[in-house]
Amino acid sequence: MAQMTMIQAITDAMRTELGNDENVLVFGEDVGYYGGVFRATEGLQDEFGEDRVFDTPLAESGINGMAIGLALTGYRPVPEIQFFGFVFETMDAIAGQMARYRFRSGGTESMPITIRSPFGGGVNTPELHADSLEGTMAQMPGLKVVIPSNPYDAKGLLIQSIRDNDPVIFLEHMKLYRSFREEVPEEEYTVELGKAAVKREGSDVTLIGYGAIVHTALKAAEQLEENGVSAEVIDLRTVSPVDYDTIIESVKKTNRAVVLQEAQKQAGIASNVVAEIQEKAILHLEAPVLRVTAPDTLYPFTQAEGVWLPDHTSIIEKVESVMNF
Amino acid sequence: MKRTLENIEKQFETFQILNEQGEIVNEEAMPELSDDDLKEIMRRMVYTRILDQRSIALNRQGRLGFYAPTAGQEASQLGSHYALEQDDFILPGYRDVPQLIWQGLPLYKAYLFSKGHYIGNQMPEEVKAVSPQIIIGAQITQAAGVGLGFKKRGEKTIAITYTGDGGASQGDFYEGVNFAGAFGAQTVFVVQNNQYAISVPSEKQTAAQTIAQKAVAAGIEGIQVDGMDVLAVYAATKEARERAINGEGPTLIETLTYRYGPHTMAGDDPTRYRTEDTDNEWEQKDPIVRFRKYLESKDLWSEEEENEVIEKAKEEIKAAIKEADNTAKQKVTDLMDIMYEELPQNLQEQREEYAEKESK
Repeated sequence: MAQMTMIQAITDAMRTELGNDENVLVFGEDVGYYGGVFRATEGLQDEFGEDRVFDTPLAESGINGMAIGLALTGYRPVPEIQFFGFVFETMDAIAGQMARYRFRSGGTESMPITIRSPFGGGVNTPELHADSLEGTMAQMPGLKVVIPSNPYDAKGLLIQSIRDNDPVIFLEHMKLYRSFREEVPEEEYTVELGKAAVKREGSDVTLIGYGAIVHTALKAAEQLEENGVSAEVIDLRTVSPVDYDTIIESVKKTNRAVVLQEAQKQAGIASNVVAEIQEKAILHLEAPVLRVTAPDTLYPFTQAEGVWLPDHTSIIEKVESVMNF
Repeated sequence: MKRTLENIEKQFETFQILNEQGEIVNEEAMPELSDDDLKEIMRRMVYTRILDQRSIALNRQGRLGFYAPTAGQEASQLGSHYALEQDDFILPGYRDVPQLIWQGLPLYKAYLFSKGHYIGNQMPEEVKAVSPQIIIGAQITQAAGVGLGFKKRGEKTIAITYTGDGGASQGDFYEGVNFAGAFGAQTVFVVQNNQYAISVPSEKQTAAQTIAQKAVAAGIEGIQVDGMDVLAVYAATKEARERAINGEGPTLIETLTYRYGPHTMAGDDPTRYRTEDTDNEWEQKDPIVRFRKYLESKDLWSEEEENEVIEKAKEEIKAAIKEADNTAKQKVTDLMDIMYEELPQNLQEQREEYAEKESK
């Protein structure tokens, strides 16, 4: 075991898979010689060579189009999109192409591609760096969308994503990259895709979130405990497909739920979770399922992040509303 | 500035071997092709012209769906295809079904593609290709990736991809050729300049005098070819293929060609944007007429041989449309089963629902 930050765990996952499978290729803007703008690929080109870990021209559509072509020749590409706000440049290659390839070829081609990309607020980035756009990806049949909240999950989920034979969008919250360390096994292990984790057990209300807001939820849960409210916190880990079994089981126990996301109310995936709960557990609910989200504006100018991003007090307020409904 | 442009344009004069009268005008560029090869190329062009005529008729009868006519482009499509080997990888646009057929895609599958059935998109193992690309430009970046994959694996094969004159205005077109250049990908890019993108003439796509010169922006070789001259298209593609597998990088080939029919069979009416004069001018250049004259002058072709090909085509088309008609209808559970290697939770649930419906 070693103490790792999430970014170290991510590097470790790529190192593991580059070592395990000679078809794994890591590429993107500045990921080669420089080791990535966040050092996520540091040392990998030195260790595995330019043939396996390499820089590309500055063109996101070209990067993912090339990933598709490499997959058609039997490679297992792990391209990086420098910031997920740049995904608009490559929506066709992702949603119009790689997500569809198995289907459009009648099951004869597969796209074992893992697109890594940082996103997320609270770190003072310029325009279109921090936007939460996982909702756009979660709407695309053919993709899986994974968002880890801690180093242990990040390594296990990334190894599993790379091994998956269908395209995976692996979104890395920038605020979590170096915010804390935790014990991560040095050997390889996997965390199953499409499976949520119960991060804290509780009996009065279920808090469902993913990414950085999981930590905000845990902080809120501690404060709620002091007020006599026992909150169960579920980390989705995969936002497409969502592990509804774990959610429904929890809601049947607590009878109340609040869904949390950093994305705007009209975006993200919270509405999907609310809809599924009301379809499958309405008779177990003591109160409506509420959402904690950002407001429906564009992502804020840097100095306004503090008042715009959902925080633990907004979670506590919503929990109090469902408790007192 | 003007001088710079003139200098560039001079580099991209049209490459031709066979003129409109079927005479060899560029003996030294003449590719090495046996008499059998020459006859086979002619057979394929005639067959493909018949295929086009029958496909239009079958579409009008409602027995085919989406269809993009190919008449006029036989030299461009089949001359370039004839320069390929069986292990080369084809990334076609939506008009490039003939290349897939001559690479080995059974005709009934090409018809299932037209009708909208997933079995039409299942390439046989020996056909290294993907189904026709509908998103104009997407095939270009993907072809750069396939060509890079072959280079990395040290394979002496290439990726070849096709788009039209309109397609060369897409961002993905530039990104694809630029990536291929930067990585030395084993890729040949063919732009079939058939003069119109639906109703928009190629002059409205760009101020560039040729599409071939767009290769300059990527730092790769580019060549403009008479796309109605099957020998020139073959020779240009063959050379580009050799260069690619010898590590000399990708090539952009522009073929000057014409589609005699509409853009697609979905209601396009070319008489609204093309004059009869233009059509006539290009009919004088017909690639089949020209090549027939050439073969006849060498005593390699007769009316009898041509009729044999036509009869064979008609019979095979009849059998293929029948086989397509007899293919089992698609079920929703079939569509679910080709989504992922393993069905995720949501689809597992939905699959049970649909399996129940389908069992009734």
